Amino acid sequence: MENSMIRDEAEVLTNKEIADGVWRMELKTKLAALAKPGQFVMVGTHSDSHLLMRPISISEFEKDDNILRLVWRTVGYGTNEMAAARPGEVFSLLGPLGNGFPVQDADNKKHILLIGGGIGAPPLLGLMKTLRETHPADEITAVLGYRGKATGLFLTEEFEKYGKLVISSDDGSVGTHGTVIDAIRENGLKADIIYSCGPMPMLSAVKKYAAENGVRAWISLEERMACGVGACLGCVVKTKHEDHHSHVNNARICTEGPVFDAEEVEI
Amino acid sequence: MNTEVKIAGVTFKNPVMDASGTFGSGIEYSVFTDLNRLGAVVTKGVADHPWPGNPTPRVAETPSGMMNAIGLQNPGIDVFVERDLKFLEDYDTNVIVNVCGHSKEEYLNVVERLADEKRVDMLEINVSCPNVKEGGIAFGTRPEALYDITKAIKEIAKQPVIMKLSPNVTSIADMAKAAEDGGADAISLINTLTAMKIDIYKRKFALANKTGGLSGPAIRPVAVRMVYEASHAVKIPVIGMGGIATAEDAIEFMMAGASAVAVGMYNFHDPTAMIKVIDGIEDFMKKTGVNDIKEIIGCV
Ligand SMILES: Cc1cc2nc3c(=O)[nH]c(=O)nc-3n(C[C@H](O)[C@H](O)[C@H](O)COP(=O)(O)OP(=O)(O)OC[C@H]3O[C@@H](n4cnc5c(N)ncnc54)[C@H](O)[C@@H]3O)c2cc1C
Ligand SMILES: Cc1cc2nc3c(=O)[nH]c(=O)nc-3n(C[C@H](O)[C@H](O)[C@H](O)COP(=O)(O)O)c2cc1C
Ligand code: FES
Repeated sequence: MENSMIRDEAEVLTNKEIADGVWRMELKTKLAALAKPGQFVMVGTHSDSHLLMRPISISEFEKDDNILRLVWRTVGYGTNEMAAARPGEVFSLLGPLGNGFPVQDADNKKHILLIGGGIGAPPLLGLMKTLRETHPADEITAVLGYRGKATGLFLTEEFEKYGKLVISSDDGSVGTHGTVIDAIRENGLKADIIYSCGPMPMLSAVKKYAAENGVRAWISLEERMACGVGACLGCVVKTKHEDHHSHVNNARICTEGPVFDAEEVEI
Repeated sequence: MNTEVKIAGVTFKNPVMDASGTFGSGIEYSVFTDLNRLGAVVTKGVADHPWPGNPTPRVAETPSGMMNAIGLQNPGIDVFVERDLKFLEDYDTNVIVNVCGHSKEEYLNVVERLADEKRVDMLEINVSCPNVKEGGIAFGTRPEALYDITKAIKEIAKQPVIMKLSPNVTSIADMAKAAEDGGADAISLINTLTAMKIDIYKRKFALANKTGGLSGPAIRPVAVRMVYEASHAVKIPVIGMGGIATAEDAIEFMMAGASAVAVGMYNFHDPTAMIKVIDGIEDFMKKTGVNDIKEIIGCV
């Protein structure tokens, strides 16, 4: 368990729609100083009817300025409430939560591949930024899968700042027509370490690709969460080895994860 | 001003504790909540061997509440004693261990294993978890079965025994009496109400288990009614729970007849909820001239 998690009332600084139904918010919070790439926060709603906090990945953090950036897709009550928020509004946050991406696993690696699908891309931005501190840009490549031009690409310019960017789209309107794996093949990309976040079918494909190529892949998982801090046992994933907490091969995604070695989890 | 209550010979510095399963063993939430301030820490249900629990999704949000079908995942009593009980040794609060089992023998194994554990102040027997197909439910829904299991546990338990009742019954008063007749030192209620939620766009159940236990403010009025009925049916103390979010809610349960209260899913909404309830009870006492919290127990 991370002893560095806190609860904070965070003030919205900016909030903008960056693609169709995809929003990016900047929050002022001292939680930013504690964050690592790949961790997440629980965001409280302002409703007496929707009582569970919503898990959202930390996309970026500015430790010195206490700024946290979140990027999300509107799908239901909580994410729409966040989209409607104006600067000055306050959200209850718990975090930073979870383990985050093991950045040091990229030490001495020359072909670092970040694979993101749709709304799984945002946490990889913070990761890429962090990796850039210890690696030259030409060692880091982000492969991002989008739906297509019509619904909008997002964060592409941000990613380009820290390394190479390769894109795939479902409809072929931009980049490789097909999946992120298709894009990796088409561009002849090599990997000696993979970090990934996105929808389950993509993560399964990444797991398979990594196994075939003998590369370690760190993947970030999602599950329905009630507490976000490891207390309710709502958010588990089946694991190959017994974890130190559950002793029944059911690790808590919110605490032992959300990032797991793809080989370790049954997805 | 006195906020102390006594249940089966055990003194609580105040009547506020967590509801089993919503607070782990206090380890995770100790970052947000000073456990020393709580009347007790009630731990997540533990069995005599590790249980894997149900497939996911295990939780779903519902109006002013949630459903869960965790399936009583737990690491088994040995790990629990080594890790969780040891952690709680450092805190100045009562420890109530919630016990689950698939059979009478399994319950008794846990009770026996805990008999000499000095850190355990009370046992709470979960005979009402509606999630586990293999059992549990049987003890909690028939008075005879509840009487039997209570009696068997009382014969070997070294700590006072709280029987935790299921609300999924026709007469909560009959169940309360069965527990009392079996020798229970106290009862707690309510556990979750069996519920169902369907995702109409996916044409699927929201929970992998199809049904789950409903908790949260949505069930509060049902819980208050049941606490009232149960506490009027028995002489043993009652611990009330079901949707408590604020001090006002806690006081409502106490006026209905509860000697103490537990906060459950609301901890997920606000990890500092219990501290606010404790402070709020003191404010209420000051404001309304209550010198001893015991004055309000069952006052309506
Ligand atoms: C660790 C983690 C990180 C995440 N990071 C992001 C992110 O950076 N950007 C983003 O857009 N989304 C992210 N998600 C998904 C996000 O949590 C859901 O989209 C969001 O909770 C939906 O809430 P809602 O109120 O809008 O939807 P509703 O349908 O009203 O939500 C109802 C309940 O279901 C839960 N829920 C619904 N969908 C999901 C889901 N996919 N995963 C988990 N819980 C869900 C909600 O939290 C809530 O409890 C993440 C999920 C997890 C587990
Ligand atoms: C996620 C979750 C897990 C629970 N686990 C247990 C348990 O292990 N044993 C038990 O007796 N009750 C368990 N309960 C029931 C609660 O202790 C409580 O009786 C119920 O939720 C009603 O209170 P609330 O509305 O304040 O949550 C659980 C409830 C939830 C929400
Ligand atoms: S969400 Fe409660 S344990 Fe992970």
